[in-house]
Amino acid sequence: MIPERIPSFVQTVWLVTRKDLLIEFRSREVVYTTLFFAVACVLVFAFGFVREGIAVDDAAAGILWIAIAFSGTLALGRTFERERQNDTLRALMLAPMDRPALYVGKLVGVLVLLAAVEVIVTPLVALMFGAPLFAHPLLIGLLLAAGTVGFAAVGTLFAAMLVRARSRDVLLPILLYPITIPVIIAGVRCTAALLQPQGDLPIARMWLSMLVFFDIVFVTLALWTFEPAMTE
Amino acid sequence: MKKVFVPLLIVTAGLFAYAPFAIQNAPYESTMGLVQKIFYFHVPSWIAMFFAAMVCGISGAFVIFAGRQDADRVAQAAAELAVVFGLMGLLTGPLWGRKAWGVWWQWDARLTSALVMWLVFVAYLLLRKYGGAGSEKLSAVLALFGMANVPFVYWSVNVWRTVHPKTSVVMTLQPSMGIPFLLCSLAFVGLFAVLLAARVRLENVRASVDELYLALEE
Amino acid sequence: MRRLLSLSFAFFFVALPALALQPPSPPDGFVPASSLPGQEQLPAAPLVIVAYAVVWLLVLGYLWSIWSRLSRAERELADVSRRLTTGQRR
Repeated sequence: MIPERIPSFVQTVWLVTRKDLLIEFRSREVVYTTLFFAVACVLVFAFGFVREGIAVDDAAAGILWIAIAFSGTLALGRTFERERQNDTLRALMLAPMDRPALYVGKLVGVLVLLAAVEVIVTPLVALMFGAPLFAHPLLIGLLLAAGTVGFAAVGTLFAAMLVRARSRDVLLPILLYPITIPVIIAGVRCTAALLQPQGDLPIARMWLSMLVFFDIVFVTLALWTFEPAMTE
Repeated sequence: MKKVFVPLLIVTAGLFAYAPFAIQNAPYESTMGLVQKIFYFHVPSWIAMFFAAMVCGISGAFVIFAGRQDADRVAQAAAELAVVFGLMGLLTGPLWGRKAWGVWWQWDARLTSALVMWLVFVAYLLLRKYGGAGSEKLSAVLALFGMANVPFVYWSVNVWRTVHPKTSVVMTLQPSMGIPFLLCSLAFVGLFAVLLAARVRLENVRASVDELYLALEE
Repeated sequence: MRRLLSLSFAFFFVALPALALQPPSPPDGFVPASSLPGQEQLPAAPLVIVAYAVVWLLVLGYLWSIWSRLSRAERELADVSRRLTTGQRR
């Protein structure tokens, strides 16, 4: 199915995302392993932070976001490892398409993957720690979306650039975590605010707006730097 | 650059030689006494670190957008200096804080964002050392993102901290201490420039060696 | 377009650290160290001495590190250029 003209930005994004999701759907390797890893993570933290059957204050918020960060790093690494094995990333870069569109396509693919993980992990955390995470479903949904976008935006760029580097497995977290510290802080504090008895909505909204601003700045930066950084 | 180097070196050495006297003669700060004198080395370390960070970030931008190899050498040198000066700040700060605040570390906005910035440059060096060939552009992107990150970290830690009770105070500068402080700041910035020049020279020599190896193989 | 991008980047890098360095508003709850109970008061002199020692050690250590790396690299440079010239002469 060869397009007759160079696809538009949105079409390119869709083509790249569709390819990634199709490949993933056939084997389901990354989604299953990442999901299991996230659950195992939550379990390990449970043993760390639950004393006499009751979770330490704010533990649920912290554990949720740490599980997302760790499993997100894993998912990014696995997704791009696939690209590396057949040098398909270079093939994609050679194709006559808009480079930023390639970046956005990969980003959307990673986001769908992480959304699938979060859909399972969030209720799990709510259950295991007795935390009313769904008291404000719209806000928690927006928060998870904004936080995941921020984390994945930086992560996709770094993982793509690390594809041809040595020690890429350990370098990804080393590079990613310092940069995504604001995402973690905002995510945890906002979740903790939403877990308050009545839900501290002004504070939650403040953190959410900071997260959205972070997303805008870093997605823009990533779009600016993706092409010059990936080409030699 | 070469013409400036020797005079700069002499001035910096002079400033460092004079500094202990200036610091000793500066008046004691009323609440903190002797331990406040760490301030004359601590704050200039961070000033030098921020200079190094800016140089790294700006040269990084040149690496990514203009593809310049010499900018990459400057960026690498600046990153190493950022780690060294940052380490100075991170070690002298708690020593001062232990006496002045009673605690070694405090999760306040300035400390935490400085620590995060330092970690970004440590990650930069790890990437250059272990990432293999082709890490120049990624490290430049990292420096860029690290710099862009600073206001976000600062703001979020600031807000995060206001929930907890404050147990510290940050000293406000008194004019009679301004001159020693200025001298020390100039000394550190001069030191940064001198070290940067030396370090870039190392990179240039290494690059020449690589070129000659390539010529040898032909 | 490039000029605009480079100008905005230059501004970006100067403004962001400058904005980040705004001093925080002085918080309340400060207890001067001199009014702490006796056992809480630490002698200041060792801390100051250690701090200064740290700075000097780091500066001199780093200078030494650059110097040794530089001499090694220059030795290698001389070695390779010698091999190159003898190779060319053959």
